[in-house]
Amino acid sequence: MGATSWTRREFAQITGSGLFVYFHATLARAQEPAQLPTRMAAPSDFNAFLRIGADGRVQCMAGKVELGQGVMTSLSQVLAEDLDVALESIDVVLGDTDLCPYDMGTFGSMTTPLLVPVVRRAAAEARAVLLAMAAERLDVPAERLRVKAGVVSDSTAAARQITYGELVAGKRIERHLANISVKAVEQFQVIGQSPRRKDAIDKVTGKAQYAGDRLPAGLLHARIVRPPAHGAKRQSVDLAAAKAMPGVRIIQDGDLIAVLHERPDLAAEALAKIQCTYDTPALQPDEKSIYEHLLKTAPAPRMIGQKGDLAEGAKLAAEMVEQTYFHGYGAHSPIETHTATAVLENGKMTVWASAQAPFSMKDAVARATGLAPANVRVIARYVGGGFGGKSDAQQAVEAARLAQLSGRPVQVMWTRQEEFFFDNFRPAAVIQIRSGMTADGKLTMWDARLTGSGDREGVPCYAIPHQRTVSAGGWQGGNPPAMHPFGVGAWRAPSVVSNTFGRESHIDAMAAKCGIDPVEFRLRNLSDARLRRTLEAAAKAFGWQSAKAPTRRGVGVACGTYANACNATMVEVAVGRDGRVQVKRVTIALDVGVVLNPDGLRQQTEGAIMMGLGYALSEEVRFQGGKVLTRNFDDYALARFSSLPRMDVVLVENPTTAALGAGEPPIIAMGAALANAIFDATGKRLLELPMTAEKVKAALA
Amino acid sequence: MQRTVSFRLNGKPTSVATDDDRMLLWVLRSDLGLTGTKFGCGEGLCGACTVVVEDRAVRSCATPLKDIAGKQVMTIEGLGGEHLHAIQQAFLDHHAFQCGFCTPGMILNAYALLRRTPHPTREQIVAAMDDNLCRCGAQVRIVTAIQTASNGKAGA
Repeated sequence: MGATSWTRREFAQITGSGLFVYFHATLARAQEPAQLPTRMAAPSDFNAFLRIGADGRVQCMAGKVELGQGVMTSLSQVLAEDLDVALESIDVVLGDTDLCPYDMGTFGSMTTPLLVPVVRRAAAEARAVLLAMAAERLDVPAERLRVKAGVVSDSTAAARQITYGELVAGKRIERHLANISVKAVEQFQVIGQSPRRKDAIDKVTGKAQYAGDRLPAGLLHARIVRPPAHGAKRQSVDLAAAKAMPGVRIIQDGDLIAVLHERPDLAAEALAKIQCTYDTPALQPDEKSIYEHLLKTAPAPRMIGQKGDLAEGAKLAAEMVEQTYFHGYGAHSPIETHTATAVLENGKMTVWASAQAPFSMKDAVARATGLAPANVRVIARYVGGGFGGKSDAQQAVEAARLAQLSGRPVQVMWTRQEEFFFDNFRPAAVIQIRSGMTADGKLTMWDARLTGSGDREGVPCYAIPHQRTVSAGGWQGGNPPAMHPFGVGAWRAPSVVSNTFGRESHIDAMAAKCGIDPVEFRLRNLSDARLRRTLEAAAKAFGWQSAKAPTRRGVGVACGTYANACNATMVEVAVGRDGRVQVKRVTIALDVGVVLNPDGLRQQTEGAIMMGLGYALSEEVRFQGGKVLTRNFDDYALARFSSLPRMDVVLVENPTTAALGAGEPPIIAMGAALANAIFDATGKRLLELPMTAEKVKAALA
Repeated sequence: MQRTVSFRLNGKPTSVATDDDRMLLWVLRSDLGLTGTKFGCGEGLCGACTVVVEDRAVRSCATPLKDIAGKQVMTIEGLGGEHLHAIQQAFLDHHAFQCGFCTPGMILNAYALLRRTPHPTREQIVAAMDDNLCRCGAQVRIVTAIQTASNGKAGA
């Protein structure tokens, strides 16, 4: 074993823990990334997350992906804070499986609570090591040193200074220190600010490269033969007309038939000439019969929360309310469709892909191509939106297989129809609730059965002495094959948008039944101090006037928690006779703990309001069995400029709770708040999302 | 029809020998390597592929190459020069984007609006932008950015 291959621990064993710094001897080695763990634990070596160049620029590496949520910026901020370097000196490298430490994927609002502390500790440790090095180099006690923007200086003689870049001299830092603490909230200078987004210039100039913007030499564009419905079996295929087109290559490998062409549109033209016949299974259920179907096909329910005795709770109740709520399938609909560009060169496959989980994509590509995982590299640099829908690897596997089969670089860019067809929709759900309360509106019992939505936040956030919640099926897999006619998966705040819609609609119905203002009713039953405070903050900002619903003013409230964050949402609507719901204003109060970047949180919340309008009012997936009838944006109505309400975002200050993820919590209460506002405006309660104009009109009739 | 189509692209004379029924989007992205113009829906429904032809915003995914023969075409790569254009600057200042995928189309649609109507009302902005989709939900900031750009030097 040569000196250059010593691990840090081995070296420490040899040298003891003496206060000197060891650099790897060769430059080539020094520029390599730290050893990357292949399992889930975050690397303990800070070199995995940061590297300081001789020019003083700092590279920040993380396996997360910039989907638009601003992770490049927030990670830069925390690194700048705890390493004491200028924000502008940081270059962020994300989503590259060769350069970045392992990461499970960018979903579940986990970056802030789970990765941020790791990066902060890495930065703080590196800073401490650099200070110790500087103390030796400058011959000044470490206590006398201060750091600003990567420059270490003697606080008694400012001319005695040295930069991080000079200290490290382009090599890798091999010294480590234990138990270095990160900065306290009151020391923050960069965390809590709203600097210019790191991706801003790339994005306003069109220079941001997404997976489809990679055009390697010799690239062929693939279009793939698709079945008319999930479950359809191909009986015959006629390739003759497509083959006759100049420049066309057809690849057939098992089930995969693809047309390759130098030009993507000509590949599409050739694809259209391929004739296939299929044996298609029965096309049941559809978007109307799905709920009955779910109740029939769901697995046996599992208990996810139980307290007290339901019979006792019913006995204590002066009033019982029983109701069932329905939520249809939802599409992710990022504007960038699933895309991958695969290049196989010297036995190594590189795939640029729109991916939320590049490391699991890497494994999937390795499995599909038979290559060793070490010979597969996935790069997800900029991704055009994800929302939970880009965690699978299908398009990357297709591109990689076709690159392998054709011997040429291949790009797969799904059409919008393919995007709707292969989307792992938010599962349709049925939420059945039976509950009881005293005459003065105190909840005594709650008995809920969730079918399809999944467990998260299924147990009510209210203080209820006697309760039971059971859950059957979900978005995480493990559903019986007959339950959903197509794939389902995580959609921004999975489970929680559906469960919150059911719970908060029901709470509203109870408040109305006992004639208590819906905010007051909630406060009477909430013991969670943070959620109470958040609800009060929303009421104050919104100007909520206490009254028993329906007031005909068209105001609605809903609240809830997700991933330890608190959300209270208030809306004001006008309902037209044609059933059209015009949303005039939305106020969302949020407690997400320490806020890393207030503008970033506002962006996420504004975005959640727009996406919330969509899932609540207009986004409807239509289908007949495995045949997805929704194929483009003319039959899947996203919220648009003309839907814009006035928006007020209230950030509830909470410096004592660690920073929480904020991409998902803002969206959870939009469905129920709007349903409750429609009830307040019209006296009619809509029980199914989306509340399309057609359904609202029918309810008003 | 297979032929050579000539036009001005971002100020430069450009010729492409190809089938002139092909859509401009794919010629820009694939034949000419200008990938700032994005594919979103392929049917003119989302606006991600918006480019400016003779000061008008068009959907390049639904514009055959023959329609732009002899015309001026501008893509995001042609906007601004050494400095950002006022609209780009306003998008940047207001963070009027998230994932950024719809952004080139948004900016060029706004550019065409301000060429036609240098000082639009909020209603005019909403109406002009309504067929450009943004899934991340940056609309409120995009409206503000366009207002900012229209109040300063815009449409240059």
